[in-house]
Amino acid sequence: MIEIQNVSTSFASAAGPFTAVDDVSLHIRRGTIQGIIGFSGAGKSTLLRNINLLERPTSGRVLVDGVDLVTLSDAELRTKRHDIGMIFQHFNLLNNLTAQENVELSLKFAGVGKAERRRRAAETLEIVDLADKAGTYPAKLSGGQKQRVAIARALATGPKVLLCDEPTSAVDPRTTSSVLQYLADVNAEFGITIVVVTHEMNVIKAIADNVAVMEEGRVVEQFDLAELQRPGFHPATSIGRYLVSDEIQLDRSGRGTHTTAASEGLINV
Amino acid sequence: MFDRILEVLPEIGVAMGQTLTMLLVAIPLAVLLGTPLGVLLYTIGPNGLKHRPKLHRVLDGLVNLLRSFPFLILLIAIIPVTRFIVGTTIGTAAVIVPLTLNAIPYFARFVEQNLSQLGGGVVEAARSMGASRSQIVRDVLIVEAKPGLVSSITIMTVSFISYSAMAGLVGGGGIGDFAIRYGYYRYETPLMITAIVLMILLVTIVQLGGSYVARRLDKRL
Repeated sequence: MIEIQNVSTSFASAAGPFTAVDDVSLHIRRGTIQGIIGFSGAGKSTLLRNINLLERPTSGRVLVDGVDLVTLSDAELRTKRHDIGMIFQHFNLLNNLTAQENVELSLKFAGVGKAERRRRAAETLEIVDLADKAGTYPAKLSGGQKQRVAIARALATGPKVLLCDEPTSAVDPRTTSSVLQYLADVNAEFGITIVVVTHEMNVIKAIADNVAVMEEGRVVEQFDLAELQRPGFHPATSIGRYLVSDEIQLDRSGRGTHTTAASEGLINV
Repeated sequence: MFDRILEVLPEIGVAMGQTLTMLLVAIPLAVLLGTPLGVLLYTIGPNGLKHRPKLHRVLDGLVNLLRSFPFLILLIAIIPVTRFIVGTTIGTAAVIVPLTLNAIPYFARFVEQNLSQLGGGVVEAARSMGASRSQIVRDVLIVEAKPGLVSSITIMTVSFISYSAMAGLVGGGGIGDFAIRYGYYRYETPLMITAIVLMILLVTIVQLGGSYVARRLDKRL
């Protein structure tokens, strides 16, 4: 479904070109949920944006459903994007539009007429169980509800792919499972291929069929859920092991690794 | 004292009418023409949808140039332009031209500022939905900036009530000019105070009205 071939993405920075994504190839099968995990700055969000060309790769090919997006014209790319929904860490809803109007927006951009927009937006809000919040503005919704509106907005145009950029990083743990459940349902019911970028291993464990571990712009390791759940499974890379262990380890003897001015300041208190 | 005020009441009425005419023509025109200019400034700016450094520098400089003119000097400097546009260089119509010319870049800056404060999140979301640049401007940026824009229009209107007082220089009239003529030139302090009270009222009404509309439009809380 999604074929990322030798994709690199560099940005110009004050200290010269910075390579956010470094020669990544990744094959994501139709109807699966692909997790991409890594620390901040590993390049996972840039790689996700390479899939719908929000960030144009410096080199390489991105095939979605057999079409190389890199070669498309602006207009063709915009049409193609109606097939690729996206949700974000901070929801990115329009504050001055109701839930219903927010969902209608993606349909409007897809050129759907007004009456049809209204009908399909209401239908999609139904999928995320927010029909009763159709007339509510985002400010009056909880974090989880906002993300569900965003999911509805992404789904309204009937996409084949849903890109999720840290979809649960701004909501509390209980809401996390609810949001992930909706994503899992969407995947199961409509066969939508989902790509989830996150730094939370429990999210990956809960939802991903396949996992790609990223570090410094490269995919350093890939494994699937079955492997991950096998007792005694050890990722090959240290970063993979660290992420899978999903534990915070501290030295509480008071001789921790950092003896910065800040920690010294704490001692004096 | 009250007799005197009653005596010139018709003239005060005319003056208020002139001030309102100036505002009701200049402000809508500034919004109409300043909005696209402001959108363009934002769009081709460093954080815009289509960065065009050279064009941006030129437009940016032009806006700064117009904004640097003290209003009184602009009023005189563009007299030929005024004659060309409204066919006269005196009277209320003649003041509206420099008022508008001053207000357009003024409002364009407000628009630019309001748009750049929105943050990239909604724009990125719109792009991911396959929106074109004009759709992003119309259906996302303007929608989100609307309450801020109404506040900007309010601020601009209040500023231009003050600017319009200089209209007397070219015989444009208005309530501010009335205050200057009767209060300053003729030492009729009660008349000046009357005119100033009217201006305070006008500013208060504009401010209260503007704040009310902005609050109603703002759904962030």
